[in-house]
Amino acid sequence: MIDIGLGHYLTLGAVIFSIGVIGIFLNRKNIIVILMSIELILLAVNINLVAFSIYLGDLAGQVFTLFILTVAAAEAAIGLAIIVVYFRNSGTIRVEEIDKLKG
Amino acid sequence: MIAHAIFFYTFSIIAVVSAIMVTASKNTVHSVFFLILDFISISCLFIMIGAEFLGMIMLIVYVGAVAVLFLFVVMMLNVAQQKNQWFAGQQSSRHIPVGLIISTLIFFEIIIVIGGWKYKPEIFDINNSISQTSISNTHSLGQILYTDYIHVFQISGMVLLVAMVGAIVLTFRQRSGVKRQSYIKQISRERAEGVEVLEVQSNKGVKIDD
Repeated sequence: MIDIGLGHYLTLGAVIFSIGVIGIFLNRKNIIVILMSIELILLAVNINLVAFSIYLGDLAGQVFTLFILTVAAAEAAIGLAIIVVYFRNSGTIRVEEIDKLKG
Repeated sequence: MIAHAIFFYTFSIIAVVSAIMVTASKNTVHSVFFLILDFISISCLFIMIGAEFLGMIMLIVYVGAVAVLFLFVVMMLNVAQQKNQWFAGQQSSRHIPVGLIISTLIFFEIIIVIGGWKYKPEIFDINNSISQTSISNTHSLGQILYTDYIHVFQISGMVLLVAMVGAIVLTFRQRSGVKRQSYIKQISRERAEGVEVLEVQSNKGVKIDD
């Protein structure tokens, strides 16, 4: 309990990952919160990679965390741009009203 | 060791609580603020276990750029008042048990993997290069980032470039009825359409702009 090891960090990553998944499923109102939940999931992956990298003494994990950060930033920018365009065209971004694709 | 435990538990409890608040809070602006708090506490954890560079980059990229982008979009679209309720309406409450079951399943699967996994004991001794060398985390990261991973690094630069171009192309719109300066029109003016020579008669003057 006192001795913090690799398992503690992995558990923290698992908890945050699950919270992100719960956020995607439970949120039926606002698509921006779904994007934020995706950011949480990517953050959990980053925690796992950094913890393994530190405890196994291999820097490759931190390098890949850097690239995940890049991809997360690009994804947030594109996703928010799509949301802005959709809001401009249809006037709403509520999740249950986005049904143009009839899925 | 005690200090390590205290800091770990403090930051991780803050991170987990703010992650819950991101998904649960009713106001989207509050969600963004809790997301910022989450990023800050996780980057404190990174700095604490020795990945200083990533902690700082995380502060810069997430708190400085991504969260501000989220905040900007939330405020621009005026969706802050669209309440973010879980249990509103019959249609939405169907998804809640499914979501809870799936996410608890995922959580316990990950926990089982973490708890049941043992390392070979020699893997901790092989290349423990981070803790043995005296150079800093940033220095060693830079040494491999620009040599071994140079191609991936450049590809990630291309990803950012494509994302930037895509975001601009998506949100750019040409409005009608806005007066703009047109250089090609300005420099291709001929003398005939700009100047007119008139015979001015005495005591009558010239009518301009009729």
